Amino acid sequence: MEASILAICYLIGSVSFIIGLKMLSHPAKARRGNLVSAAGMGIAILATLLLYHPGGEALHNLIWIISAIIIGTIIGATAARRVKMTAMPEMVSMFNGMGGLCAALISIVELGRVANDHSDMHVLSILAGMVIGSVSFTGSMIAYGKLQGKIKDHAFKGQHLVNLFVLLLIVIIGAIIITSNGTFSALIFYSMLGLSVVYGILFVLPIGGADMPVVISLLNSFTGIATACAGFLYNNQVMLTGGILVGSAGAILTILMCKAMNRSLMNVLIGSFGSTGTGAVHSVTQQGSSKEISLGDAAMVMGYAQKVLIVPGYGLAVAQAQHVCNELGKLLQNNGVVVKYAIHPVAGRMPGHMNVLLAEADVPYDDLLELESANEEFGSTDVVLILGANDVVNPAALDDPSSPIYGMPILEVGKAKLVIVNKRSMRPGYAGIENELFFKPNTSMLFGDAKTVLHELVNLVKEL
Amino acid sequence: MEILLSFIHSNLEILYIVILSVFLGIEVISRVPSVLHTPLMSGANAIHGVIIIGSIIVMGEASADNFVVLALGFVAVIVGTINVVGGFVVTDRMLEMFKSGKEKPSKSTKVK
Repeated sequence: MEASILAICYLIGSVSFIIGLKMLSHPAKARRGNLVSAAGMGIAILATLLLYHPGGEALHNLIWIISAIIIGTIIGATAARRVKMTAMPEMVSMFNGMGGLCAALISIVELGRVANDHSDMHVLSILAGMVIGSVSFTGSMIAYGKLQGKIKDHAFKGQHLVNLFVLLLIVIIGAIIITSNGTFSALIFYSMLGLSVVYGILFVLPIGGADMPVVISLLNSFTGIATACAGFLYNNQVMLTGGILVGSAGAILTILMCKAMNRSLMNVLIGSFGSTGTGAVHSVTQQGSSKEISLGDAAMVMGYAQKVLIVPGYGLAVAQAQHVCNELGKLLQNNGVVVKYAIHPVAGRMPGHMNVLLAEADVPYDDLLELESANEEFGSTDVVLILGANDVVNPAALDDPSSPIYGMPILEVGKAKLVIVNKRSMRPGYAGIENELFFKPNTSMLFGDAKTVLHELVNLVKEL
Repeated sequence: MEILLSFIHSNLEILYIVILSVFLGIEVISRVPSVLHTPLMSGANAIHGVIIIGSIIVMGEASADNFVVLALGFVAVIVGTINVVGGFVVTDRMLEMFKSGKEKPSKSTKVK
């Protein structure tokens, strides 16, 4: 009786994950979708606590389990509530790492319990869960460090060969353990664990910091697979379906993210320009020099323009200037200027991140233009204000086949009458290439931190 | 070969679940607008937190004097819970902003 109620609860859990994910992919239903999955998760966990009776006995150590859940809830909820919207990518990475660690720990315990009566397939799924889980854990931690700016990109010659070698070693040890029929030594098991931990670090370390979102999405998918392995081990359908669902959805999402940047996954992982960017393989010869515009002039042209398009980018996210950006937009709108925001799919620190940031600052959803509609509007725009965006407005993507970003869809800001570029310096963006746009006759540079500059602009526009 | 065949035969149901789930995952996600990539990733991240059920089972089946397993299981339950709770809360925070962003235009048009 209890077992069948448990099975039904797991079924509800699985279905709620599917419905939740489906709803998450529609803007209007997304929030409810998240709640649906959360409710399904709650039911599955509660049912396990109350109804899971292996061998007819209730679960032992319930007090310990519940206190661990309470501790985890407090830590997780506080962290999730306190985190700034701009630090969202590293938070997701951190949570993903926790899931990976959980999978790895489960596998360590389970392998210790494996006696000869377990089939090879069970041992295989335990090992896979451990390897994937620990790679996901250490990889996510490195990604977290990189996004926080605490860990720099490290790449050395032949790193990919070293990585391949480590991976091969892991596979070989795995094969030894499986064929040993349960007689393997603890040492060989721990060396496999150690290698997996190291592999996670080596795997993420050479990848450029700006590519971390893709890596996190990939690691997310890994953790899903590790979960599915554990689900197979316990013959637990909700873990199996949840894990596989996230595994495949995460893989597709990773590919979609790469597509938005017009790069292949291989390209991101090998890091052909993320990490070696300083080399600036292809440097455009500087045609003439760039012009600067004073804050006063910038405020003047925007205040008296008919239509202003704002292009927010990574620099805006880093400077956390989304609120003051909205203030400027509102102010201009009150002066009768049409203000819209042109959002490149990969603007910000993750695809879609910029939309979240601007939504946080109460920018109306209708004022956000997607790439295609923005490109139609640039022709009739007086002033384009670019805030810390670089590669997404680089015309080399359109007209220079030798450029590493050639073919990436960009915001064609050059069509507007005047382009004001706010940047902290002339340094190239993460692709490490010069931006011809800065030297165009209708482009003016406005150097400074996005937040400071926007504050000044707000004050100056008020005085107009 | 024989092992593989007998494995497939004895785990046919699980194989069906796995294969269908793979297609389901791809199908569900494939038409998502890039605006939602970040929240979707975060939501999917919370869902794989279902691994916590495994850690609950590990702890629940451990005998009360096996301290190594208890300690590992305890940590596993904590980190699993962080994954679940943190993941859902953070996703909700992100999506909450989209919602307020959507309600705003009606207000601002009224002002005009």
